[in-house]
Amino acid sequence: MMEALYIFMLAAFTGYEVIARVPVILHTPLMSGSNFVHGVVLVGAMVVLGHADPEDPLQLAIGFIAVVLGAANAAGGYVVTERMLAMFTKKN
Amino acid sequence: MTAKLLVDASYFVVAVLFILGLKAMASPVTARKGIVWAGIGMVVATLVTFFTPGMQNFGLIILAIVIGGVAAWWSGKVVKMTDMPQMVAIYNGMGGGAAAAIAALEFARGGVHGVVFTTLATLGALIGAVSFSGSCVAFAKLQGLMNKAWRLPAQNAVNIVLALVTVLVGVGIVVSGDPTPTQIITFFVLSLVLGVIITLPIGGADMPVVISLFNAFTGLAVGFEGYVLGIPALIIAGIVVGAAGTLLTQLMAKAMNRPITNILFSPITGEAQAGSGPTGTMKECSAMDAASMMRYAQKVIIVPGYGMAVAGAQHKVYEMTKLLEEAGVEVKFAIHPVAGRMPGHMNVLLAEAGVPYEQIFDLEEINEEFSQADVALVIGANDVVNPVARTDKTSPIYGMPILNADKAQNVIVIKRGKGAGYSGIENALFFEENCRLCYGSAQGVVSEMIGHVKSLS
Repeated sequence: MMEALYIFMLAAFTGYEVIARVPVILHTPLMSGSNFVHGVVLVGAMVVLGHADPEDPLQLAIGFIAVVLGAANAAGGYVVTERMLAMFTKKN
Repeated sequence: MTAKLLVDASYFVVAVLFILGLKAMASPVTARKGIVWAGIGMVVATLVTFFTPGMQNFGLIILAIVIGGVAAWWSGKVVKMTDMPQMVAIYNGMGGGAAAAIAALEFARGGVHGVVFTTLATLGALIGAVSFSGSCVAFAKLQGLMNKAWRLPAQNAVNIVLALVTVLVGVGIVVSGDPTPTQIITFFVLSLVLGVIITLPIGGADMPVVISLFNAFTGLAVGFEGYVLGIPALIIAGIVVGAAGTLLTQLMAKAMNRPITNILFSPITGEAQAGSGPTGTMKECSAMDAASMMRYAQKVIIVPGYGMAVAGAQHKVYEMTKLLEEAGVEVKFAIHPVAGRMPGHMNVLLAEAGVPYEQIFDLEEINEEFSQADVALVIGANDVVNPVARTDKTSPIYGMPILNADKAQNVIVIKRGKGAGYSGIENALFFEENCRLCYGSAQGVVSEMIGHVKSLS
């Protein structure tokens, strides 16, 4: 419990610090990039589907939806961010 | 035991990769490396998860990853840069939906016990579901599937009552300790409706802020569900994104000089102004007139807006810029922080067209210069150059910092028709003495201008 509280607090500071001084030109890729990072929800979705009762169609269905959505968040977030960043590095 | 240790250790490395990746994304020089690190982290996280002790249903898991992953990968590859904001919105919504579904499954399994766990699972479900349905509405609006900003009568009262009822049902779940299926289903339905109701009235320049807000929401939801599942990687990644997203949202709201609550509870819509719009006549001018005005100017400031982006005219605009520069005209681009449909969206579009960073200026950097410019060329932008934001206290955009295009000697506005823009607010700039309007799609008008500029050289 306390341990999680520490993690929450440190992660919140980290998030704040990581982007506190970002130039406006990178706001879009960064938003998209952080969007990709929360795609790690896929891992949680895999774990819950992996522990769902194989005999219970409702559990399997909800878990399946969770994994589809999580995978879409991760894959889509990556592709879109990568495409945007490719534009910013072209000329350097 | 060893499998568990391996999985946990890998998650630790993944969390580090994510943080380093995001940090690298904060500078144009290292940005691309950043996303690659984060990407490696994601692949590792996904692979090691298969080794979590006690896992089954592997076939279903793999099938679901393939379906979601391939569909999103493909759609992300083919989408045009202009349509990026709605894609970011929808992928984000899916993450929120995944977090909510995780909570739903944990409840269905009876796997959530204790006040702390139940509270966080319920909170994550609420935030995730709101982010999911809200992002879907945002997607539909940006995609043009839903054009009008809808407002219910007594919208704010409805929002607040619905939010309160949803929270009460959530509290009921936590208090009961062993919630009934009816409670759970009611809670999820209410949360989804809440997301829709909040997002429906929002449009115009408020959209980027809302997308960013939902991004932060999804992060928080993922963090909370990570706690419920006991996976620190989820907590860290989720909360980092939640905090970063909250900060980004605040920065944007500040750029518009409106508090977040204002954006959610009194969004910019045209209705507030009905009947008290600016009066006078709009004066038309031809592409030829505009071209010669710019060709013989000393200084031209271009204000690109979403209209330019939609028309895909950014390449043409840059071509014209180069011609004008060859003719000795100084050309600069002025970007409003919320130009486009996502923060910094316009920078991405100009970068796509190859415009060098040195020619692109933020609002604060360039606003003083408009008074020395011979021509301000406004291409498909509306709210961000509307002078009523400075002058009219009754306007819904009053107080929002705008680009002072109206202070230039001459203002040329390229727009498709005489109607009001995306937000529905009439623009007082278009009626001013020094302003001329060039009707047509940005692509067509700028092409014509290019022809005329060439003929004058």
